[in-house]
Amino acid sequence: MSAAAFIVIAIFTLAGAIAAATMPRLIHAALSLVLAFIGIAAFYFLLGAEFVGLVQIFVYVGAVAVLIVFTILLTRRGQEDTRGFSWGGVVVAIAVFCGLVWAILHTRVSDAAPQIDPLTVKRIGEVLMTNYVWPLQCVGLLLTAALIGALILVAEEKR
Amino acid sequence: MTPTLTIFLILSAALFCIGLLAALSRRHAIFILIGIDLMLAAANVNFVAFWRFSPEPAQPTGVIVAIFSIAIAAAEAAVGLALVIAVYRHYRTTNVDKLNQLKG
Repeated sequence: MSAAAFIVIAIFTLAGAIAAATMPRLIHAALSLVLAFIGIAAFYFLLGAEFVGLVQIFVYVGAVAVLIVFTILLTRRGQEDTRGFSWGGVVVAIAVFCGLVWAILHTRVSDAAPQIDPLTVKRIGEVLMTNYVWPLQCVGLLLTAALIGALILVAEEKR
Repeated sequence: MTPTLTIFLILSAALFCIGLLAALSRRHAIFILIGIDLMLAAANVNFVAFWRFSPEPAQPTGVIVAIFSIAIAAAEAAVGLALVIAVYRHYRTTNVDKLNQLKG
């Protein structure tokens, strides 16, 4: 893990996230969100979890971002100005950030990263199919339920 | 100098708070969903960072939890955006301040 790569990715990710949170136009915010998600995937690569990084890119950049863009497209007509921005949220967010940083700095954590063998997809597959097979089934059920629920929610009502 | 666990935790705290800012201060429903997605992603960074710096990285628990969490975030985004479309059909707006019919 090199410090230069970390700093570059951190600036990239935080800039994308801040742009996603504060851009006035919705479509710009959605595209900035893609930048932030790619930066987070780069963090996973940096941390040695390549598979999670790939899943992050597939799911967030490939699916969630496209879903958000489609929703923006479908809810655009007759859109009034929705640029309201309340400063109470800023105060709460900064307070939460200060609290979290205080807690992190006052916790003793092991900062030495141990040497690891690369985490292969084979190993992840083995663990998913042995120790975590029931959570895997539950997630499958949840995804099916979410798919059916989303379809029912957006289906046209019968006249 | 290599990045330490503390730096990763502070970075994910910053991401979480940016997501919180988007969820709390914007009035548009899609912005609120964007904020929730950012918060979930920040939590995932924590899982993977704790796995990498744990004394036993041979056990990939943090990675597995992060994968499950990404799957659940996908389900959340699908249902949330479907709700936004359903609300838009009824009220012709996605501004959450205008959806006040349950107010007494």
